[in-house]
Amino acid sequence: MGIELYGVDSLQKILGWARKYSMFKQPFVTACCGMEYMSTMGPRYDLSRFGCEFVQFTPRHTDLLFVVGTISERQAPVLRRIYDQMADPKFVVAFGVCASSGGFYQNYAVVPGIDQIIPVDVYIPGCPPRPEQVIDGIVRLQEIIQAGETHSQRELRQLAEAKG
Amino acid sequence: MSKAALEPVKKKFASEVISEHAQHGDETLVMKKAKIQAICEFCRDDPAVAMDMLSDLTAVDYLMQGRETRFEVVYHLYSTTRRHRLRIKLPVGEDGAEVASVTGVWKSANWMEREVWDMYGITFEGHPDLRRILLYEEFVGHPLRKDYPIAKRQPLTRREDPVEGIWEQKHILTGPSAGAHFRGSYDIE
Amino acid sequence: MTSNSEQLAVQERVALPTETMTIMMGPVHPAMHGTVRVVVTVDGERIVHADVQVGYLHRGFEKECESVTWGQVFPYTDRLNYVSPILNNVGYAMAVEKLLDLEVPERAEYIRVISGELSRIGDHLTCIAAIAMEMGAFSIFLYCVRARDIVYDRLEELTGARVTHAFCRVGGVKDDIPEGWLEKVRGGFDEITGVIDDIDGLLTKNRIFLDRTQGVGVVSMADAISSGFTGPVGRASGIDYDVRKDHAYGVYDRLDFDVPVMDAGDTFCRYYVRMEEVRQSLRIIDQAIDQIEPGPVKAEGAHRVVLPTKNETYNTIEGMIRHFKLVVDGIQVPEGEAYTYVEGGNGELGFYCVSDGSGVPVKVRCRPPCFIVTGQLGNMLVGHTLADVVPIFGSLNMIGGECDR
Repeated sequence: MGIELYGVDSLQKILGWARKYSMFKQPFVTACCGMEYMSTMGPRYDLSRFGCEFVQFTPRHTDLLFVVGTISERQAPVLRRIYDQMADPKFVVAFGVCASSGGFYQNYAVVPGIDQIIPVDVYIPGCPPRPEQVIDGIVRLQEIIQAGETHSQRELRQLAEAKG
Repeated sequence: MSKAALEPVKKKFASEVISEHAQHGDETLVMKKAKIQAICEFCRDDPAVAMDMLSDLTAVDYLMQGRETRFEVVYHLYSTTRRHRLRIKLPVGEDGAEVASVTGVWKSANWMEREVWDMYGITFEGHPDLRRILLYEEFVGHPLRKDYPIAKRQPLTRREDPVEGIWEQKHILTGPSAGAHFRGSYDIE
Repeated sequence: MTSNSEQLAVQERVALPTETMTIMMGPVHPAMHGTVRVVVTVDGERIVHADVQVGYLHRGFEKECESVTWGQVFPYTDRLNYVSPILNNVGYAMAVEKLLDLEVPERAEYIRVISGELSRIGDHLTCIAAIAMEMGAFSIFLYCVRARDIVYDRLEELTGARVTHAFCRVGGVKDDIPEGWLEKVRGGFDEITGVIDDIDGLLTKNRIFLDRTQGVGVVSMADAISSGFTGPVGRASGIDYDVRKDHAYGVYDRLDFDVPVMDAGDTFCRYYVRMEEVRQSLRIIDQAIDQIEPGPVKAEGAHRVVLPTKNETYNTIEGMIRHFKLVVDGIQVPEGEAYTYVEGGNGELGFYCVSDGSGVPVKVRCRPPCFIVTGQLGNMLVGHTLADVVPIFGSLNMIGGECDR
């Protein structure tokens, strides 16, 4: 955590480069967006070209939480727990409109957007989004990581500054 | 659906039949709920009816239609040997919303009855494990009843920001819904 | 005569008291399709009790349907069994058409068959991909996704969307087939058949796959009927029931195909039935392409049901009024109730619709084959080892959207 305080440009650049091109992903797949997620990981719209290939189902080893599909109220505590179990710095991508805002399910059962529960870095709209949109979202996330502007990185910086 | 399925049941349980119809070719019997277990066992065991599969078990809430009995529990029966179907409907009032369970007759009734309990609040006597299936135990109410507002949320989790002041939670509330089919407002609190 | 190690095991069991352990295979699990929690109680490796908890994807389908018009329900039906969305669309459209006593033109029926069977191929490919990947055969997943992308390409050209099409309408389908589409569909057959043949060669006689799937998760025919199993899971247990053959709807009675039925009722049979069904679906599409004739794709003269064309809407006052009334008030479906059933990807997909004469349904109930099949998962797991949970659950093809609605 002390590293964040150094602020040395080239060090930050190297860290950003390393983090953005080797993301370990936790796919929190629930619903129809999972189909497009499978296609994005498949051979045609290969997401591993962007460094995002490695998939882990235990959040303790990952840094990217890929929330794919609708999060129902019943699933919400599970999502919160998974997010809490990840180590900093961690990034969250809301894949699909259901994860971004609840989609067209505005009812008793669905959380209207996962940002009610966890901070989100990139929202990828679409029902479900095309694989090209997903790749666009991942590239955007990589830009944010390089700039150090994800919620988690900002928080770490603030904590480091607060400590002095 | 077929008359061959309906006639034996009607004959044997003539005292329980309230009405019958065959709208759009679907033979339907509306019966009193008291002897549903015996009716189902007869449907399964009688060789002419031979309903060995319970295709569907659901309930309908007729609150808006202002009927005397609010709910109707609907059984769709199917015979894999005779390839015919039958629908049996039981009017169930709001007070005394209990029906005997048919899990002993067909195994598929187990989860379907749990779902009806979860969504409508109709209990099934004799069910081995009647608890909520699609919703969480902390949920209060039965959402598919017509008097449960669709957008009434009962959140289980909130976001607590680990460091204060990083971002404010902005709740975007749209105006009251105007028009029948557009629901724009939901209350976050 | 018991062997030395067996005697030792018996002695140990008597000498060492054991306890069962409860393990939660929670909703976040590589093989739980993200939405099922299986709480297993194990004694060593053997499962003594399994409590299957579903509902992690409950999105309130029925409640939503009760507050939108009949025509606005189609996108919600797409998201039921989201691996084969057209089949859900067709089922719901047929239910409303039954309530209206409306006849669908022949060309629309053929288009429904072709797109529906393409969707079914996508469903079975996804299931086979999941079964294989969860047991470690990752390449099969990539082959299936490659073949499924072809299906998605064709459906995207036809409907405009890759996954959630909302293609059917009450009284027909949304649009006619684009130019040259049928030839392109035929052109994709070779690749899909190639993928199925590859998977066949890799898995069907593979010692490891057979050891993990044969005799695992056996469901007898009597149990299957009592549990309401239909579709590939039921046919793997010997139930010879396919809605397309036994209660033919649409134009299925003019198409010639076989229905694969096996009798062992184990995981291998559930996998193999799906492989055969892909081949049969290709056969059906082939014949449908030969038989399709030009014609309208929406019921003609059904002014109270079918939206007018853009030309009519913008240029005639009657068209504009019709359009307005149908969109805002919805189709005024006469009072009544109807239950229609189609062969979904997982079995008898039924829709029970109740109408009170207005444009908004009183009830739209989907009879979900996945929910009914998953209902017996708890019983199926007892007696197996922990490692068998994954193949058994994978072979049931539990789709969260349909199971939890």
